[in-house]
Amino acid sequence: MPYTPHTKTEIKEMLDVIGLEKESDLFGGINSKVNGINLPEGLDEFSTFEKFKNIASKNVTDKIIFMGGGYYDHIVPSAVDALAGRSEFYTSYTPYQAEASQGTLQALYEYQSLICKLSGMDVSNASMYDGASALAESALMAVRITRKNKILIDAGINPTYIKVVQTYLSFRDIEFEVIDLKDYESDMDAVKEKIDSTVAAYLFQNPNFFGTIGDFNEIIETLHENKALAVISAYPISLGILNDPASMGADIFCADGQCLGNYMNFGGPSFGMIATKEQYIRNLPGRIIGRTLDKDGKELFVLTMQAREQHIRRQRATSNICSNQNLLALRSTMFLSLIGQEGLYEMSNTCFTKSEYLKEQLNTIDGLEICNAKNTFNEFVIKTKLSSADFLEKLSEKGFYAGINLSNLYENKDGQILISVSEKRTKEQMDNLVKAIGEIV
Amino acid sequence: MSNNMKIQTIFDKSQDGRKGINLPPLDVTTNVKLDSNLLRAKKASLPQLSEFDNIRHFTNLSNKNMSIDKNFYPLGSCTMKYNPKIVERIANLDGFLNIHPHVVTNNNASDVQGCLQTIDMLENYLCEVTGMSAFTTTPQAGAHGEMLGIMMIDKYHRSKGNKRKYIIVPDSSHGTNPATASMVGYDVITIKSDEHGAMDFEEFKSKMNEDVAAVMLTVPNTLGIYNNKIKDICDLAHSFDAMMYYDGANMNAIMGVVRPGDIGFDVIHINVHKTFATPHGGGGPGSGPVGVNDKLKEFLPDLGIKKVDDKYEFTSGGKNSIGKISPFFGNYGITLRAITYMIGLGSNGMANTSSKAVLNANYILARLKDHFDAPFKSLCMHECVISAKTLAKKGVTAMDIAKYLLDFGMHSPTVYFPLIVKEAIMIEPTETENKQTIDLFCDKMIDAVELANTNPEEFKLYPKTLGVCRPDDTRAIKELDVKFD
Amino acid sequence: MKKYNEEHEWVEVEGDIASVGISSYAVEQLGDITFLELPEVGSSFSTGDSAAFIESVKAASDIYAPLTGEVTEVNEDLLDTPEILNENAEGTFIYKTKISDAGELDSLMSEEEYSAFKETL
Repeated sequence: MPYTPHTKTEIKEMLDVIGLEKESDLFGGINSKVNGINLPEGLDEFSTFEKFKNIASKNVTDKIIFMGGGYYDHIVPSAVDALAGRSEFYTSYTPYQAEASQGTLQALYEYQSLICKLSGMDVSNASMYDGASALAESALMAVRITRKNKILIDAGINPTYIKVVQTYLSFRDIEFEVIDLKDYESDMDAVKEKIDSTVAAYLFQNPNFFGTIGDFNEIIETLHENKALAVISAYPISLGILNDPASMGADIFCADGQCLGNYMNFGGPSFGMIATKEQYIRNLPGRIIGRTLDKDGKELFVLTMQAREQHIRRQRATSNICSNQNLLALRSTMFLSLIGQEGLYEMSNTCFTKSEYLKEQLNTIDGLEICNAKNTFNEFVIKTKLSSADFLEKLSEKGFYAGINLSNLYENKDGQILISVSEKRTKEQMDNLVKAIGEIV
Repeated sequence: MSNNMKIQTIFDKSQDGRKGINLPPLDVTTNVKLDSNLLRAKKASLPQLSEFDNIRHFTNLSNKNMSIDKNFYPLGSCTMKYNPKIVERIANLDGFLNIHPHVVTNNNASDVQGCLQTIDMLENYLCEVTGMSAFTTTPQAGAHGEMLGIMMIDKYHRSKGNKRKYIIVPDSSHGTNPATASMVGYDVITIKSDEHGAMDFEEFKSKMNEDVAAVMLTVPNTLGIYNNKIKDICDLAHSFDAMMYYDGANMNAIMGVVRPGDIGFDVIHINVHKTFATPHGGGGPGSGPVGVNDKLKEFLPDLGIKKVDDKYEFTSGGKNSIGKISPFFGNYGITLRAITYMIGLGSNGMANTSSKAVLNANYILARLKDHFDAPFKSLCMHECVISAKTLAKKGVTAMDIAKYLLDFGMHSPTVYFPLIVKEAIMIEPTETENKQTIDLFCDKMIDAVELANTNPEEFKLYPKTLGVCRPDDTRAIKELDVKFD
Repeated sequence: MKKYNEEHEWVEVEGDIASVGISSYAVEQLGDITFLELPEVGSSFSTGDSAAFIESVKAASDIYAPLTGEVTEVNEDLLDTPEILNENAEGTFIYKTKISDAGELDSLMSEEEYSAFKETL
């Protein structure tokens, strides 16, 4: 299915203007051509569709999802699909010519504003690739700002995020240390002990990977006394009811935006958020949108502070990042604008309440232990005497994705499962899950 | 004509008490309360609009954008080709959208055979098109792919006890190349381009030594020029055990014609949002799959797939894997779109694509080279670079030309890149544009030269029809306003 | 008496202290200056070290030390109002340095030599 419109006549006319005989002369100067590539010929549209429809049917989509761990089965309003599906948004490009991109630029300005209102921070950029790389770039940002070379990593952070952060840091010879949890909470004493004048930042997640919420205010004070920064990886939906990063004193806030109106899509695309205090704006990576006036005094939006970015700074850039995840950030802008102040509070409260209900019901099952009962938000850990794999397989046969196998992620968590509840889970689904679990433990 | 109304953001339109979504009902209760010190003092002050308010707002915003579906968009090195609609239809199938990635953590490959099949198909297709022996889809953008590639090269050298210091790039390279080198802890050596626009081979020879870890090249380069000495460059680098990195931004010129693996590259990234038509989304999401030859396979990220009999399984990386740069398989939704496009294109379609892309760019160069400065007048590849150097002496810059074009329903080409050409205008039409559109573009460019000769001051008034004109970039920085207060 | 180098920086000597600035040509190329990162008083640079950093709307550049020496003073006005460089680059110093090697001045260009050099660009 080539999408090239050229007719034979047009090709001849064009070659004449160029001064060539035949089309293959265009590649005449190249000395290393292949003799065709060994792939099938192109398919027509209908055959392509049938092929992929068949492939899609091999994915299971009818199990009820109680999995979280950074990716959540939240509602995606149809208005978001309708708006983001407009080709004026999805076939446009990076807004380098401001006059031709006011739609994208204004939407991104609104995005930046929403992230600041959600997190309480002073400035946000126009998005990163995802939550994991946003956290890694936050660590690099802290190293730049403090000019120190050590990062403390709380073990409560999503383990795949920790791996990504470690990968980024290890190639820059930046020292890092992971601080273990005490039960399922951050070990505040152990963290305090590790903070000294060589530390650039402490990275933590709230709620943590297991769903436990912590109070980090004191730790953040200690960090600041030692001229170190507090970097928080947060869960946007939880910010409907939980304390916001700015009020805690955090210096850099980052998060993953899949939960805000984006499909899980087997892990991507999503987008990352990063926001910080006003004095650190020069150190933010990625694109930033600003409002200004044009030559006639009319308001408009532009890419600003571009002198931080790779196309200007090249090897001195704050980051090599070029793309933001524009379309996904746009979707979240629409989502937050749709859900609004009251809606986010309500949604957050609903997730909390539903997961507490499930916790209570599960607690009545003999042979099932709730590992972190207190102060959790929409996810928590359970333990049974079945192996985690066995537990999940049996429930899968009954139509449930009952949680995440923690024994596959951690050495010492045999039999443990991370369960998550979103606003989409009904009382009936939860009661059925409890019943099904009761039958197997 | 223009929109004279003051900007109204969603915050300006907010009305206390408006709601945009009804949530699923809260059908359970709990007596549990969180400790009060963990809670927000005040609700996050998000705006309050109805669903319809939002539809009106964002629909009107979308009308302020230029886009490929509406406008010719000849941005050099961006490959703004048509995004086929069948791709969207397939990508939005329920079977692909609502898949939770932690099935990977649960080692539940049997529930996602469809996803794994499409990843495998893409990796196989890319291997065949590029001549590499393995791919990973984990990088989420081209620059992310560059970072992964340089990380793997770094580990290769370290594993031989041979940590090196430098990465070589030509002065025509994209900014991401040296920025990536820095991110992975390298210093950059920049080699100037010669009078033909290729990386100066003699200077390269003088700087190449065993302290150089890798050479990063874009082929054809950002001037649209194919360097026939590539093989010599690769041979010289390899003689010092340095790696050759291929920046795939310009793959659209040589897809089906030249295979980077065959000419000596060890690691490459592909920008699928360029070459393989996944939508640009206003600046993302992209995806930058990275391919390697056998030398670097062991360093690939630690999540992959393999086919055992007729089923796909997850693999975890070997002990020399660089680790992870993305939690799972990268931007799955985007790589899915890419393989859909490639299946539709097929081998015949790919060769035809590069041929027409190169035809269109050469036609533009032929029509414009006598009206503008043209540093390289001989055949170009899929993009050409001209210059407004002479016009600038009359007070008409490349930026002025760019702004002028906007009034004729066309997005400007890239301006001021590559850095080595003064007043550069980089034009990439892509293969999906017809002759009539391209002729209109050339006509308008020639009109611009006319206007520059007769009435150069007029340019500062363009664009006239878009409602806004010539942002004050300095004011944007000095009076920083990056959020609604 | 002012001397220039090929990076479009100038030095003006008074006794054993040199004022360091950038030329109006450099500022023209950069466009509206928006930000400067200044060295710390007391820090030492060799010729060619990156001593300061300058940002404009569309560009960013190191300012390399034209002479070896220790920084004695920096122009703090530039932190708040970097645009004074656009108004008067030739008359605005960025930092002052002790001169450790007067011989280095000989390899810099005079004003006439610098004018001739600009023609070749």
